[in-house]
Amino acid sequence: MEKNYYVCTGCGLLCDDIEVESEKNVVNKVYTACRVGVAHMKETRGEVGFRVDNTPVDEATAINEAVSILKNAKNPLIFGLGNSTDETQKLAIELAKKINATLDDTSSFCLGPLSEAIIQNKLKTCTLDDVRNKADVIIYWGTDPSDSHPRLLSKHSYFPRGSEKQRGWEEERTAIAIDVRKSHTAKICGNYFFQIPPKGDAEFIDALIAGLSGKIPKTSYNFPPKRILELANILKGAKFGVIFVGRGLIYSIDDLEPLFKLMKVLNEKANFHLIPMVSSCNIVGFNEKLFAETGYVNSVKFEDGTVKHGPEYSIVESLKAKTVDAALIIGTDPFSILPHSIVKNLLEIPVISIDHCETLTSKHAKVYINTTISGVESGGSATRMDGVKVSFEPVIKTDHPSEEVILKKIMEAL
Amino acid sequence: MELYQLLPKTNCKKCGKTSCMAFAVALMARELTPEDCPPLKEEPKYKENYEKIREIFKPSEEATETGLIVHEDLCFGCGNCVVACPPNVANDPYGVGSGNAPRNANKLVLTVEDGIVRAQNLGECRRFGKNKILCNGCIVTCPVEAIEFV
Repeated sequence: MEKNYYVCTGCGLLCDDIEVESEKNVVNKVYTACRVGVAHMKETRGEVGFRVDNTPVDEATAINEAVSILKNAKNPLIFGLGNSTDETQKLAIELAKKINATLDDTSSFCLGPLSEAIIQNKLKTCTLDDVRNKADVIIYWGTDPSDSHPRLLSKHSYFPRGSEKQRGWEEERTAIAIDVRKSHTAKICGNYFFQIPPKGDAEFIDALIAGLSGKIPKTSYNFPPKRILELANILKGAKFGVIFVGRGLIYSIDDLEPLFKLMKVLNEKANFHLIPMVSSCNIVGFNEKLFAETGYVNSVKFEDGTVKHGPEYSIVESLKAKTVDAALIIGTDPFSILPHSIVKNLLEIPVISIDHCETLTSKHAKVYINTTISGVESGGSATRMDGVKVSFEPVIKTDHPSEEVILKKIMEAL
Repeated sequence: MELYQLLPKTNCKKCGKTSCMAFAVALMARELTPEDCPPLKEEPKYKENYEKIREIFKPSEEATETGLIVHEDLCFGCGNCVVACPPNVANDPYGVGSGNAPRNANKLVLTVEDGIVRAQNLGECRRFGKNKILCNGCIVTCPVEAIEFV
């Protein structure tokens, strides 16, 4: 019997083997997905569809209000889109061009620099399928996929049998965790967990490079050189190595230079690839699209056909400097994820929140437009964290408008 | 011996065993339950001891035939155990063995349902039956110690 599999858009892994039992457009049972995925698929939308100044209104009124806010703004900010489909992201970029907006997503304060380096081919990368089929040494650096991407170890990296790795994890794979705390992933890595102090990553990279080059590795925090040499020996012997890099590493280093150096040395001695641990389901897609359009992955400002780029156009800096005078927030919740000192400036400008659920941002927004949950109630396509495109069908049917439909209507009205 | 200390120690044979010591051994082997000792269960003077013994055996009440317990509050459905379980891999190499959804769930010991691991078909588990071995594939791969054998 041919089974009908759905794609889970709960995190950057976009697992494409999820079975769902639904009845009368309600998801009853979800098979194979992790708890994050189940929560995402069983999530129900808020009841209020459209709101202006916290009063329920009809769709047309909400869209008109949103349009008038964007029309009256000199420098509106469009932010979010990490969980939106490719189609929505394309429209949002078009919209930003049309209204001369500042456009940014969460990657500007997450893994943006890494995504940019990979798009520019500065770092060697591979797909998750390659990892499953070939990888023998897997490093989780500054990341805890057991909590953030629960199925990374079981579906793509450490545990599954692959075409060239038939004998399984005990014999053919080595998993290594480098982190500041003993995370759930580190627990699985057992003796191959290397605990370093916060901000100790750059030094550890230097020591590891020294170890790889046959020198004595030294760190100011006296990490046992024997252990670094042991790690260096494992890495040297890798036939297909992969490093999953998380925010723990990126936040700890000032720029990507140490990482470039490490990858260069590793690829002289062995064969290593790097995959960023992108959390939202389509941030990579957004970064790729914006790069193709402008040459930058985030933090851009469109101005009469020209594009400006710089940290001053990221959400954090533009809110800090109060350069934006309206905000269109799509599918994310800056009030929850950004520091209070910065996000309080959002309260001073009109905010339009387009989201499938009630958030702190939607509660403080002037206009709130409730949409379908992409991947559950509406289909589309997205790019997985390793750059592979995945298309998905809705699990349940609804007449409620999707983000794409709402953006189209806003574009038409403008 | 600790169990024996909690029993009435009268060797009344009401449980069908020849002595209280034999009953304690049967309890340990899970052939009998604390309820099978009538004086312990019924007489008020043993009430405290009865509750203590029940407390000791409480976790194993939920256990399956192989003694496998899934702590549902801890499990988050990562599926490491499903992919690492040797009988699972042998019975469904291209499905769960390769990290994918089950292709043939009839013989699988562990599957993920609603984000939580479920144990079934325990006849396939390596800890089941006469030739059982102390396999720990599902325990060592669990990041949160949600699987336990009692």
